[in-house]
Amino acid sequence: MTVADEELAEQRARDTVRAPATRPRRVAGRLLAKGRGRAGCALLTLIFLLAFAGPYLTRWGYTDKDFTAFLAPPSADHWWGTLQTGADVYAVTLRGMQRSLIVGLLAAVVGTALAAVVGAFAGYFGGWTDRSLTWLTDLLLVLPAFLILAIMSPLFAGGQWPVFVLVLALFLWMVTSKIVRNMTVSLREREFIQAARFMGVPPTRIIFRHVLPNMSSLLVVDATLNVSAAILTETSLSYFGFGIQPPDVSLGGLIADGARTAVYAPWTFWFCAGLLILTVLAVNLVGDALRDALDPASHRDGGAR
Amino acid sequence: MAGFLARRLLNYLALIVVATSLAYMLAASALDPRSNYEGRNPPIPPAVVDARLSDLNLNDRVPLLERYLTWGGGVVRGDLGRSVTGGSVGEDLGRRVGVTLRLITIGLVLGSVTGVAIGACAAVRQYGAFDRLSTGLSFGVLAIPTVVLANILIIAAVRFNEAVGAQVFLVSGEATPGLQGGPAAALLDRAQHLVLPTLSLSLSLVAIYSRYQRNMMLDVLGADFVRTAMAKGLSRRAALTRHALRTALVPAVTYFAFTFGTLLVGTTFTEKIFGWHGMGEQLVDSISTNDVNTVAAISCLAALAVLLAALASDVLHAVLDPRVRAG
Repeated sequence: MTVADEELAEQRARDTVRAPATRPRRVAGRLLAKGRGRAGCALLTLIFLLAFAGPYLTRWGYTDKDFTAFLAPPSADHWWGTLQTGADVYAVTLRGMQRSLIVGLLAAVVGTALAAVVGAFAGYFGGWTDRSLTWLTDLLLVLPAFLILAIMSPLFAGGQWPVFVLVLALFLWMVTSKIVRNMTVSLREREFIQAARFMGVPPTRIIFRHVLPNMSSLLVVDATLNVSAAILTETSLSYFGFGIQPPDVSLGGLIADGARTAVYAPWTFWFCAGLLILTVLAVNLVGDALRDALDPASHRDGGAR
Repeated sequence: MAGFLARRLLNYLALIVVATSLAYMLAASALDPRSNYEGRNPPIPPAVVDARLSDLNLNDRVPLLERYLTWGGGVVRGDLGRSVTGGSVGEDLGRRVGVTLRLITIGLVLGSVTGVAIGACAAVRQYGAFDRLSTGLSFGVLAIPTVVLANILIIAAVRFNEAVGAQVFLVSGEATPGLQGGPAAALLDRAQHLVLPTLSLSLSLVAIYSRYQRNMMLDVLGADFVRTAMAKGLSRRAALTRHALRTALVPAVTYFAFTFGTLLVGTTFTEKIFGWHGMGEQLVDSISTNDVNTVAAISCLAALAVLLAALASDVLHAVLDPRVRAG
């Protein structure tokens, strides 16, 4: 290699070093270029604003009861009406949304991280590690998640919702982990991984520095779609009384109560159900647009998950 | 091939055994059947409660391992234990399995066939009006959880019945008890009960499959073999159904195994909300009544169902893809 070649190589290296700084901006540009991505992002921002800033606009807290208005229709005092207990629908719905958003986000991040680590270790090391981790993945796929979560629901009482997030995440990672494993198996034979291995970089470091960053787009999309999956699971569990436990509020519990009075008091059902649907829709739209933005090679729009 | 199949079946069996045992251990340690006897008036003497619980193999004073071995010994002989009320779990579930299977089969067939058809049509005329409409609708449906969808359907049905002035859609149970009239009336009654649960179960399936099928179809539509098929004189219709659709079905079939677990959960919600006395309803009830043996039996059946779905998808894959048969 001549000096000029070396300079050229250095130049290229500097270019590639600089590239990651602009990549998020490029992806964001592509994300917002399409109507679907724009609508999803705008909707999601509005939902977050409503959930976290909205409660400060009303004087009712989510634990307050108005004993002069039971099951009252929407009015100037109670914007979205009241429940049978006299609780303000606006306040409790926003509290439920906060819970759902936090639980969904955390469970999705933990679940995707778990999928990445398990899949990458199984694929990179192969042999017994691979076989036992794959078996564990299959076992969790076979276990009925809803049933296990429901059985463990007594553990989540008394403000122990972080435990709930962890158990929820435990049942979110299996399918992605299989994809990550297969991708790792093919990445393992690539030159840059082999170069790192021959230079004596420890395997764990190779996995975190070289293997996983190469799947970042898959993982980002997966994490986004996991948010909606986690929110849906949480809501369904809470609907049957197995998720977030009272006195804390959850959208699922509100929907279950609202469904009973929905026919003659529509406000008890439609506000929480509608907001839940909008939240999931927004997350799905963003996830879908992200997939297109991160993978310019795919020209399909709208994926199935 | 036979060795491979035998190994796979053995692996499945091991998975079922471990999954069921895990579910039993979890249920036995987390659920508390003793609390069912608390707060009665007059209070039941503790010795009687103990004797009753020991009789049902639910006594939490007996070590977990001993209870597990007693239960496991029964399961090996085909006895799934007894529920908290003393009835046989096996007989009870035997009655309920039929209800669940009927609901799942109808929902699954209707959902997947409609979904695949919609997806294929949408792909053939990409960016057409039908494509846009189906894409928008499936995004909407996918955002609605089953529990909300079922309730929306019920509310809509109640409104519709009021507007029409007749009970067109029936929202509770599988059939009207003590119905008068001949078999035609009974059939109509069953159909009226069936419409809404089937819709709530299959709508999300339609959405998932139509999205998935559309993408797979788009991938193969531009492929050389479809062009070749048309070039050698096949009509566009024949080329699309015989060559493109068949190839595009393969990934959808593989996907089927993954969606089956979701389908089971969806059935649980649907049964509970519409008051069908199937396995899903029993699952929710058994957890609230601390019925350890029933919980374990249902998780065993669920594991079995998921693995059977995986096996079925393998077989279907082989039917659709000659390379799998040869390999």
